[in-house]
Amino acid sequence: MELLIFYPLAGFSLMLALGVVMNKSPIGSALCLIGMMLGLAGIFALQQAHFIAILQVIIYAGAIMVLFMFVIMLLNLKGTDTKWRARERNTLLTVLTTFLALGVLYKVITVIFEFNLDSPAKVPDTFGTAAVIGETLFTDFVLPFEVASILLLAAMVGAVVLAKTKLD
Amino acid sequence: MLDQYTGVAIMLLMAIGIAGGMVLMTSILGPKKRFADKMEPFECGESQLVSPRQRFSVKFYLVAVLFVLFDIEAVFFFPWAILFKRLGVFGFVEMLLFILILGVGLMYVWRRGGLDWE
Repeated sequence: MELLIFYPLAGFSLMLALGVVMNKSPIGSALCLIGMMLGLAGIFALQQAHFIAILQVIIYAGAIMVLFMFVIMLLNLKGTDTKWRARERNTLLTVLTTFLALGVLYKVITVIFEFNLDSPAKVPDTFGTAAVIGETLFTDFVLPFEVASILLLAAMVGAVVLAKTKLD
Repeated sequence: MLDQYTGVAIMLLMAIGIAGGMVLMTSILGPKKRFADKMEPFECGESQLVSPRQRFSVKFYLVAVLFVLFDIEAVFFFPWAILFKRLGVFGFVEMLLFILILGVGLMYVWRRGGLDWE
């Protein structure tokens, strides 16, 4: 039953991930990315990692994607831009990305073969639920939790300083 | 184990049903009068004044960044809300401190005019 849900979700995510790369328009890519993240959230929920599923929907599909949309808007990309056209046929970039992709693929394959998939790591079923994560976050990791708020504060101040400075 | 998701599945189906139904109904029932100006992808059928592909002001970006930051803040509330009774006063004070630090940030943004448009 679980596999019956997993495979459609995985296929859906993979198809949309391909859509992100293949899409001609940046907005189309961004929409595909949102769909892919929702699919991933479903897979996380299936693994009992409810908290990560929530993060995936609220932070990634919600907030980060808004940021991506704004970047697309701010960059003012045009399909006819000569600079981008030239970049599409750059041999050096093609060779470099091919090597990078092959390297990642090699690593993934070796990791898969090294791990004994028959004996998965022993964690309780409720490992990723919001309650369990919250318990460690609010008791053992109080300081990092409070420091996180200071990090957010710093980011807020930085954003205001950068965006509100008048350039004359 | 999957029983716990029955509610989620029902809600998902209802959401798809309502959203899809609305789109379907409007496309079936709505009047369709096509003319050149209406088919333009900008300004809701009005004549296009400028190119829709324009550079946007950085003001939009400030709003987006602040949204992301407060969104991350909101995520921390989920496990806290679940554990509220178990954590007791300690958890309450902890979250109060967290909100207080971010409240300072909000005050700063407010005072610097980060929430004003002009």
